[in-house]
Amino acid sequence: MVTPVLVSGDGTLVYNGGPVSATVPAVRDEAIDTTGDARGSFSLAGVSVAYGKDLVIEGVDMHIPPQAVTALIGPSGCGKSTLLRCLNRMNDELGNVHIGGTITLDGQSIMGKAMDPVELRMRVGQVFQRPNPFPMSIYDNVAYGPRTQGVRRRGELDGLVEESLKGAALWEEVKKSLKKHAFELSGGQQQRLCIARALATKPEVILMDEPASALDPISTQQIEDTIAELKSSVTIVIVTHNMQQAARISDRTAFMLRESLEEPAHLVEIGDTKKMFTNPDDERTESYITGRFG
Amino acid sequence: MTTPSTPSSGRRLGRTTTRRAAEAVVRAIIYLCGWMAIIILGAIAVFLMWNSLRAVQEAGLVTMLTGTAWYPTSSPGKFGMLPLILGSLFVTGVALAVCVPVGVAAAVFISEFSGRLVKEVMKSIIEFMAAVPSVVYGLIGVAVLIPFVRQFFGLDTGMTALTGGIVLGIMSIPTVISISEDALHAVPAELRQGSAALGNTRWQTTFKVTIPAASSGIFAAVMLGLGRAIGETMAVLMLTGNAAVMPTSIFESVRTMTGTIAAEMGEVVQGGLHYSVLFAVGLVLFTITFAINLAADLVLERQRKRWRR
Ligand SMILES: Nc1ncnc2c1ncn2[C@@H]1O[C@H](COP(=O)(O)OP(=O)(O)OP(=O)(O)O)[C@@H](O)[C@H]1O
Ligand SMILES: [Mg+2]
Repeated sequence: MVTPVLVSGDGTLVYNGGPVSATVPAVRDEAIDTTGDARGSFSLAGVSVAYGKDLVIEGVDMHIPPQAVTALIGPSGCGKSTLLRCLNRMNDELGNVHIGGTITLDGQSIMGKAMDPVELRMRVGQVFQRPNPFPMSIYDNVAYGPRTQGVRRRGELDGLVEESLKGAALWEEVKKSLKKHAFELSGGQQQRLCIARALATKPEVILMDEPASALDPISTQQIEDTIAELKSSVTIVIVTHNMQQAARISDRTAFMLRESLEEPAHLVEIGDTKKMFTNPDDERTESYITGRFG
Repeated sequence: MTTPSTPSSGRRLGRTTTRRAAEAVVRAIIYLCGWMAIIILGAIAVFLMWNSLRAVQEAGLVTMLTGTAWYPTSSPGKFGMLPLILGSLFVTGVALAVCVPVGVAAAVFISEFSGRLVKEVMKSIIEFMAAVPSVVYGLIGVAVLIPFVRQFFGLDTGMTALTGGIVLGIMSIPTVISISEDALHAVPAELRQGSAALGNTRWQTTFKVTIPAASSGIFAAVMLGLGRAIGETMAVLMLTGNAAVMPTSIFESVRTMTGTIAAEMGEVVQGGLHYSVLFAVGLVLFTITFAINLAADLVLERQRKRWRR
């Protein structure tokens, strides 16, 4: 259904005459911001997203704590990828996307003119659903981001490449063949290469949109191990359809749901993964997790 | 498709047989059509060789290819093709210098930086550009470019390799644009997104990922544009001055291989030596364009293999 959506002068999303966030009883996220010197925490307040006039997400309030894994779960089409793309402004690339509410990274707004998307994306990396290495060597793939940032010195690049490949648990397999074309790697290796590529810019956060859905079980296992390693240094937000995976690797889980095509998706519940999977507050969460729908 | 038939299904069996026969006929026709291209190409090559035979025997292949004097009507006639080959190369070189930068830049703009509407409009204009007959380009060149080149460079004549090359370049632009644009379009969106997600601007992404990823296709586009330029006849005949002498710069009149064949074929005795030599020129041209197309194909094939991960 087409919901009349407008973007008001200050950038907030309004429809039916009022700001969107005011029309929905939002789920409160009680997580306390533990930011000391920890970098990479997001706060979302009343976040709504519309593609053209089609409002797909409404009133999401959420805290994403630093150096932990937050999983986004929910049925297909409930806006997980859309919400994820808000966090590094990749929705900007699609055009005709309106975002309302506020999103802050380490207390700083990332919305509109308050943040340069190019700078934001150096701080918030992304790993895509299908491995998408660039058509160049393994080395050049990893060095791509640092080179964009202006790193030119060979020694420094070498160090970053090694460190990033180690971070993505790929170093041992490729250290002798860094000049090899990235397409010669297996799918799972390519995906770890993409993780290394994202790590090389030293991001505070890495967003992963179903990073293992195109991979075999062993490669999936390796990606999960990598995530477990990484979370001590970066914040990870992962979208997954695999409930076991969410339960295994995440610290917090957010469940989104679009109850019908006529209305936008909401955040149903967010909390510690253990609680979400054993004793959720909302029965819709429980039905979804136990596989009764979605 | 064909179910194993039991003895009782005689009628079905009969039908299957007719269907098989029909299939065989259709298959034969399709095969024949497929082979037709090769047969025609082979026939052209044989035909050219057959008719060049006398030239090779009487004037000598090496003498023709390395001779610097083209006086076909003196007696005895001198059939040095080098001035013609160089003439074609000079004109084509200028044409490439025009159509490659303009064509590739336009393709990048259309593919990476323009909205849907602009893209559609540009594509229609380019198709239209390709459909304009070469004689019309020649006319415009005669009216506008010849006087301009003469005055701007202070030459005795505006009919030069440069003049012909510029017009030829403009004529080849549509080929370069549309094939380069296809190549850029074929680069997966995931690659652009991957680059953007690493903090690259549209421009950086275009130059660091998209163009390199499409480079073989762009190369093929250039090769095909080159093939178009080297084979073009009418416009060069009208614009290059047609002096069959060894050129030393692009500011001189030249005569191309195509122009020579078109201009002289009407005046030769059929089956004579001059006639046969013109076929030999045609054979050289055929060989060059064939080699260019083959090279372009090989490069494209390599790219295709690469994308098939
Ligand atoms: N580029 C776009 N333009 C218009 N609508 C879009 C676009 N991307 C997504 N949508 C719509 O937004 C809604 C949410 O899509 P999204 O891709 O975020 O869902 P998702 O939860 O990631 O689904 P999945 O689990 O299938 O990946 C869907 O209704 C979809 O049709
Ligand atoms: Mg998705």
